[in-house]
Amino acid sequence: MSRRGGPPEVNAGSMADIAFLLLIFFLVTTTIETDAGLDRMLPPIDPPDEEQVVIKQKNIFTVNINKNGQLLVEEELTNLKDLRKKAITFLDNGGDGTCNYCKGRKDAASSDNPTKAIISLKNDRETKYATYITVQNELVGAYNELRNREAQRLYGRNFTQMESEYLNPETPSNIRDGLKDKVQKVQELFPQKLSEAETSSSK
Amino acid sequence: MSKFTKKKGSELPPVNTASLPDIVFMLLFFFMTVTVMKDSSLMVENVLPNASEVKKLEKKDRVLYVYVGTPTRDYQKVFGTEPRIQLNDKFAQVSEVGDFILAERAKKPQELQNVLTTALKVDKNANMGLIADIKQELRKVNALKINYTTYEGDAFRNVQ
Repeated sequence: MSRRGGPPEVNAGSMADIAFLLLIFFLVTTTIETDAGLDRMLPPIDPPDEEQVVIKQKNIFTVNINKNGQLLVEEELTNLKDLRKKAITFLDNGGDGTCNYCKGRKDAASSDNPTKAIISLKNDRETKYATYITVQNELVGAYNELRNREAQRLYGRNFTQMESEYLNPETPSNIRDGLKDKVQKVQELFPQKLSEAETSSSK
Repeated sequence: MSKFTKKKGSELPPVNTASLPDIVFMLLFFFMTVTVMKDSSLMVENVLPNASEVKKLEKKDRVLYVYVGTPTRDYQKVFGTEPRIQLNDKFAQVSEVGDFILAERAKKPQELQNVLTTALKVDKNANMGLIADIKQELRKVNALKINYTTYEGDAFRNVQ
């Protein structure tokens, strides 16, 4: 007796089950979330040859963190919550009157111009990392707040929003090019000058 | 005449499931392509601090990870309870960080070698001394772009 209609069909009913099994495996192992954090640039180890620039003391905003997490801001014991406000007052001061967008008090004893103002951060070797991050966060926040203000004035939107759109690789390149100039313009108004000294060891 | 007096089935015809495998396969391929396998298991405690002014770390292929924290309980007998550095799958000394960065950098394609970011995933209870040493090592190998990886949240919760 000869078989009719060729070889019998393979039963594919369990294919869906197998595919489901694989699907569930990949679903479980997938991590789509991206990390976020504070971006920082370290200073190069041997600075390019340039003459020592003398920085006036009044243009430096010193922040010291001791091993117990206490803050010494401009030789004054300060609460962490007041740091942002103090940093903004310092950056936005515009002491020599050359800064036409500053809204500070124009105090002659504080910083001359936001482009000259430097924040110097110093910490102890035993400072907790969490405290350090909080301080960093507040200082970056101070810059962001001022940049947001200027971006609102010039372009009617927030700097942080513009920057994240600019950095997002999914933004179309024509929009990105337009944003690039704006982002740089605002960054130049309040350049982030955050210097970190070597950590001191406590005795 | 029987053509027009069709016998009406009393129950509904079953739903055709022939395309179900196709749909499932489509989903399967989607997840297969987006999956990033975890390449190293953590051997240190890694509770990151919170920060609110964060930037997203896009493009995972341009990031090198350095973990810092106290060893987890299984490793505490051997490695003690002081915060340690973990590079890939093993504990490392501070002096090894530079070599690690150079080795990892060499593995990346040429065009990415200059745009790498070092993500420091540091436990919130670590001390700054170790971080300062790591930063010094990173400066030595010219890996200047770093990112303190944090959770997004209120930064003041760190200090409570």
